[in-house]
Amino acid sequence: MRILGLSAFYHDSAAALIEDGQVVAAAQEERFTRKKHDSNFPIHALEYCLDAAATGLDGVDYVAFYDKPFLKFERLLETYLAFAPRGFASFRMAMPVWLREKLFQKDLLGKKLTAMAPDFDCKSKLLFSEHHLSHAASAFFPSPFEEAVVLTMDGVGEWTTTSVAIGKGRDLKVVKEIHFPHSLGLLYSAITYYTGFRVNSGEYKVMGLAPYGEPKYTQALLDNVIDLKPDGSFRLDQSYFDYCTGLRMTSEKFNRLFGRPARQPDKDLLDQFHMDMAASVQKVTEEAMLRLTRSLAGEYGIPNLCLAGGVALNCVGNGHVLRDGAFKNLWIQPAAGDAGGALGAALAACHLHLHLDRPRPVTPGKDAMRGSYLGPAFAQDDIERRLTKAGARFQVLDEARVIDSVAGALADGKAVGWMQGRMEFGPRALGGRSILGDPRSPTMQKTLNLKVKYRESFRPFAPSVRREDVADWFELDADSPYMLLVDGVKESKRREMTAEEQALFGIDKLNVPRSEIPAVTHVDYSARIQTVHADTHPRYHALLSRFKDLTGCPVLVNTSFNVRGEPIVCTPEDAFHCFMGTELDVLAVGDCLLLKDEQDPSLKTDYKSAFELD
Amino acid sequence: MSFLSELWEFLKERKKFWLLPIIVMMVLFGGLLVLSQGSAVAPFIYTIF
Repeated sequence: MRILGLSAFYHDSAAALIEDGQVVAAAQEERFTRKKHDSNFPIHALEYCLDAAATGLDGVDYVAFYDKPFLKFERLLETYLAFAPRGFASFRMAMPVWLREKLFQKDLLGKKLTAMAPDFDCKSKLLFSEHHLSHAASAFFPSPFEEAVVLTMDGVGEWTTTSVAIGKGRDLKVVKEIHFPHSLGLLYSAITYYTGFRVNSGEYKVMGLAPYGEPKYTQALLDNVIDLKPDGSFRLDQSYFDYCTGLRMTSEKFNRLFGRPARQPDKDLLDQFHMDMAASVQKVTEEAMLRLTRSLAGEYGIPNLCLAGGVALNCVGNGHVLRDGAFKNLWIQPAAGDAGGALGAALAACHLHLHLDRPRPVTPGKDAMRGSYLGPAFAQDDIERRLTKAGARFQVLDEARVIDSVAGALADGKAVGWMQGRMEFGPRALGGRSILGDPRSPTMQKTLNLKVKYRESFRPFAPSVRREDVADWFELDADSPYMLLVDGVKESKRREMTAEEQALFGIDKLNVPRSEIPAVTHVDYSARIQTVHADTHPRYHALLSRFKDLTGCPVLVNTSFNVRGEPIVCTPEDAFHCFMGTELDVLAVGDCLLLKDEQDPSLKTDYKSAFELD
Repeated sequence: MSFLSELWEFLKERKKFWLLPIIVMMVLFGGLLVLSQGSAVAPFIYTIF
């Protein structure tokens, strides 16, 4: 039985295909269309998933969509009604979009699907799952647990913003929900807006900014803005927000409470206030996550926790939940955002709607996401053909020599583009489409930021480390294959900063070597860790092993293979264009090795202005 | 027509018949807005979508 899951029309459209309950393929539409957070019908991702299963749409038994548009419309109408006559401006913006398109999503989906397969019967084969049930299903069914508490938190789905479900075997029941407008995700988005970043994509910047600040507004937030109960449930005082009725996230009252208006990114510089605000909302979020998980652990007595929803991408909060130990085991869906809803909808249809008489196989300690390497891969002859057509000059080496050459280049301080095997599903590059560097180099941070990524980030890069070496370099000793846990760099690897260095700010502070691996160490000595496992990505694991042989260090800088504002590369051509448009020194695509010095200089392009700033 | 019958089923399922007159009014009013506007493109405001 094949079930196709789709998420679309809001942000991060994606498709996922499961076959007899097993995940076969999943990808985000943005990777194919090269338009970041593409929200259009995921036709390319869908076609890829069908290709991966060597079938057509007529070979698919059901299509499951990841949320319910009518329920969302109901929430919209009731919200406008509750606040009327305030909210007219928002109503005027929303209604045309809804009345022209969004209310008719079922028809639209039907048209798109029947255009691909005229015999596809939408009436019986097109299913809809609730938004948070999709998240919960994406977190539980691929997890390595037979039984788990499933916590989902995001901005808002239809009505739900936070849900608790209990998963057992192939059953999953939602037991508690917190409804709109009370939302941890929207609180975080409100501060994202207030500190001058883009809602729905700038949240990770707020998280990266937090270590520069003091959480001095935490109490003000808790006393006024969010009523956080001992069990982690919460209510937001809507007088501080404007998202129900206005076109802004925060209100004048919020501005008065903190003494200044929202930062305008094109006019106002980031200063200490914004960092303190970021640290404060981060602290509130962590506190809410900890209270929720502690109370759920006590209430249900189940040792396993699964997380999904946009808030589960807050890897600093996740690290606190893991270290807190209320739950013995933690598993987080790598595509925790709305893209993962496509997979969740398919899994929910399979296990909860169709009740197929088949057990859900669980391997303790091993999840069913295949390392999240669920996107397209390219055969060696196809890579060579595509690169040749693009005008690339390359050598074809055997696997051992590719690894040897790349490890040597990395040890020499070179920046390497690394495209190997299947593309990752989810927002993180995990060694399938990555830019790699030497984390020991005190200049690597700067080099990658200025010459490759074209940004001056206050966030450090993330480290990839062999699973067997993680405890030697970091305070974490658990699997973190999806880069969703933050923990400290090992004390013995740290270097104390002097008082003068402590007083530095932003990129200057970040450029002070704070450990043996400065390129991946944040100003609070934390790191967003990816553990690399030989069974899910043997080639990347072998590269880390070879780098360790050469340098004694089993850690590499791993950042996504793209420039600022660009979706992560998908095809060999994308990789080659990014390679030629940046100052990457080496590119390894499959068994092909490309050196920048050997390329035709006329193929260099002005790449950095090709994508809109995220 | 299938859209209207599905909307009716939805209201029955959710037991929210009281929404019906509001929906009619809002749809009429919203329809006027649609007619008076050239484009359905709106800026991204998280919750209205």
